[in-house]
Amino acid sequence: MNLLLNIPSILAVCAGAFFFLAGTVGLLRFPDPLCRLHALTKADNLGLGLVVLGLLFQAASPLVPLKLVGVWLLALLAGATVTQLIAHIARPNGPPA
Amino acid sequence: MTFDIGLALLVLGVAAWTIAARDTFAAVVGFVAYGLLLAVVWVRLEAPDVALTEAALGSGLTGGLLVGAGSRLPRGRTPPAEETPGVALKAAAAMLCILISAGLAAIVLLLPDPAPTLAPEAAASIAATGLGNPVTAVLMAYRAIDTLLEIVVLLLALVGIWSLAPDRDWGGRPGRRVSTDPASVLTFVAQLLVPVGILVGIHIFWVGSVAPGGEFQGATILAAMWILASMAGLVDAPAVTRRWLRLLLIVGPAVFLAIGLAGFALAGAFLAYPESHAKLLIVIIEIPVTLSIAAMLALLVAGPPERAQR
Repeated sequence: MNLLLNIPSILAVCAGAFFFLAGTVGLLRFPDPLCRLHALTKADNLGLGLVVLGLLFQAASPLVPLKLVGVWLLALLAGATVTQLIAHIARPNGPPA
Repeated sequence: MTFDIGLALLVLGVAAWTIAARDTFAAVVGFVAYGLLLAVVWVRLEAPDVALTEAALGSGLTGGLLVGAGSRLPRGRTPPAEETPGVALKAAAAMLCILISAGLAAIVLLLPDPAPTLAPEAAASIAATGLGNPVTAVLMAYRAIDTLLEIVVLLLALVGIWSLAPDRDWGGRPGRRVSTDPASVLTFVAQLLVPVGILVGIHIFWVGSVAPGGEFQGATILAAMWILASMAGLVDAPAVTRRWLRLLLIVGPAVFLAIGLAGFALAGAFLAYPESHAKLLIVIIEIPVTLSIAAMLALLVAGPPERAQR
């Protein structure tokens, strides 16, 4: 039972770690701010999402999954907002009037 | 073990980078990252209360203060020679820092094994306070005077910031006027997030009696929600002469002090609680204190009055 639950956990967390790695590489390597933001959001949304998904299988009480998903949703909201705000300033033509 | 060593190296690396960064904004970002890593260190040391405080106050709120301060500095200007510290001053500062670090390291390394601790006594009398979280028991009962003084220090810091206001702006509203598009992303997220954040802040404050949390952490979240709403232009900072604002700022320390003085009559010492009502009195102190700290922190970030009252 424990092993059966550990396998999807390990798979999802590893996939999440891969997205964090890819996002970080993109952040360092991509040429302009908008591309870098694009890379960063992949790490936040998918990377954190997959890590949360992996941890859901390990939750001890029914309240923990709710909290984990809540953390992910809040990170999604914050990430999307900050990305929009930075992108507004970082646009090649400057911020829109 | 490997994880802890890596974490320690990362903290040191980020700290060095923050000091070495030439750009003010980059240094502030480094400082915030450093604070968040430090919060992880506190979690590893099994001190979640300290970790929460570090993340909320040390990293989040201080980071916000530093961003605000940095944005007021003239950008791209190289300071003239007389404003930059000389070699002797830099060397003296470095020597003092090394001395303090070495002293702290010596104290930690030379502790007898096992280290002297009051933890068993604190744990033995915790039932008398009616609290389940030993950290809150220390903050609100055993060392309540420290907490009271911390709040007074915050209030004094706010008075210090207000005293920087030029005479013509005194009595006005703090900070710059924010005008944002009501259809902007920031307005949307402020409308969505502020109710959730207020709930989380109250929860963090309330669970402080039995679990990691407490009035400082909860108040920081409440203050952050107010700052977010004011950045989005949904609320405007009140004029600093408003009576309700002044009352909100002093109600926490005043109630704390009043119950502390009542301790002379009820339990025979300043800030002592009668055992039968300890928890009730602590909660009565904590609610106004949380509100006052939230208002103080929000106004610290808002800065001195800059706009005339209308």
